[in-house]
Amino acid sequence: MSLDQQLQQNNGVIIAKMDDLLNWARLSSMWPISFGIACCAIEMMGAMAATYDLDRLGVFPRPSPRQADVMIVAGTVTFKMADRIKKLYEQMPDPKYVISMGSCSNCGGPYWQHGYHVVKGVDKIIPVDVYVQGCPPRPEALIGAFLELQKKIEQQSLLKGDIFPELVKQ
Amino acid sequence: MDDPAQISEYGKILLLAIVGIVIVSATIFLARVLAPKNPNPLKLSTYECGEEARGTSWVQFNPRFYVIALVFLLFDVELIFIFPWATVFGQADLIAADPRWGWLTLIEMGIFLGILLIGLVYVWVSGDISWIKPTHRKPVVQVGIPADAYQQLNNRVYAVKDYRDRSEKEETLAQPVSPIKIGFKPKFKKPNSEA
Repeated sequence: MSLDQQLQQNNGVIIAKMDDLLNWARLSSMWPISFGIACCAIEMMGAMAATYDLDRLGVFPRPSPRQADVMIVAGTVTFKMADRIKKLYEQMPDPKYVISMGSCSNCGGPYWQHGYHVVKGVDKIIPVDVYVQGCPPRPEALIGAFLELQKKIEQQSLLKGDIFPELVKQ
Repeated sequence: MDDPAQISEYGKILLLAIVGIVIVSATIFLARVLAPKNPNPLKLSTYECGEEARGTSWVQFNPRFYVIALVFLLFDVELIFIFPWATVFGQADLIAADPRWGWLTLIEMGIFLGILLIGLVYVWVSGDISWIKPTHRKPVVQVGIPADAYQQLNNRVYAVKDYRDRSEKEETLAQPVSPIKIGFKPKFKKPNSEA
């Protein structure tokens, strides 16, 4: 029985594995660091605003990487921007996930051939968890990405080292 | 109220404060236990919107920005008030119930905007909006004392006693609690220094 079902049926008493509890806590409050690079950011703002209301999934933009769990790379990653993105990603505390939003950050997009200034995919500088297709993707697509990310976090396990990698290595 | 088992109103606030402190410290402690820690130099560096932090943060800032920001804030807040007003003003039910409603709200908003507009006119006339101020107005005060009176006072030679060779007699007379210090030095309180 899932955590949500238990919450409704067992009078609020939940019996769960530590894995499930930690994953549940993580996937229920994925706070992205609020920054947008290009036009995908407009769609991202649309997804967070009242019409699509990403807040209902616990997605709430934070102004500082220290409080963020997710980085939405929404736009064209130029070489000049790549250093900053890498730095911001490093400054986020550790469970951290990356959503690459739109063609530009997936693979360079329209700049893939002649864009001398564009990084051909943000996954060349930081590890990406979920790719969102589109140019730009609609807000529904971004919501879908968060749902996919939730599924991914649900699969994490203490023993596999997804949560405390340094402990499992020892 | 005389029953010691009863909590006074201040007691409730104290209880609230205690519970608040306990909950916050418990969650912070829990986060400390559960959170993975992988520090590296890049992660520990100062967050400056992804930029390299350099230079000092004690920079001088043009005070003209302050006036502009204040005026901006005024109209920012005005706009925030207009939005809820507009939703109430636009409700057809209220106007259908009493046609005077629309006029009342409109006049109310007119008064509100009028007051703010007077403020804007005042700021405009005072020349606070213009960034470049072509005419410098020096404040002039009418006093009966002629300017050369100050000149004479400044040119006069005064006998200054050297503060270093005080006699012992003077030191005993001086106040023991707070010795008079020559000149003004800005002091910042350090946690370990005496008051």
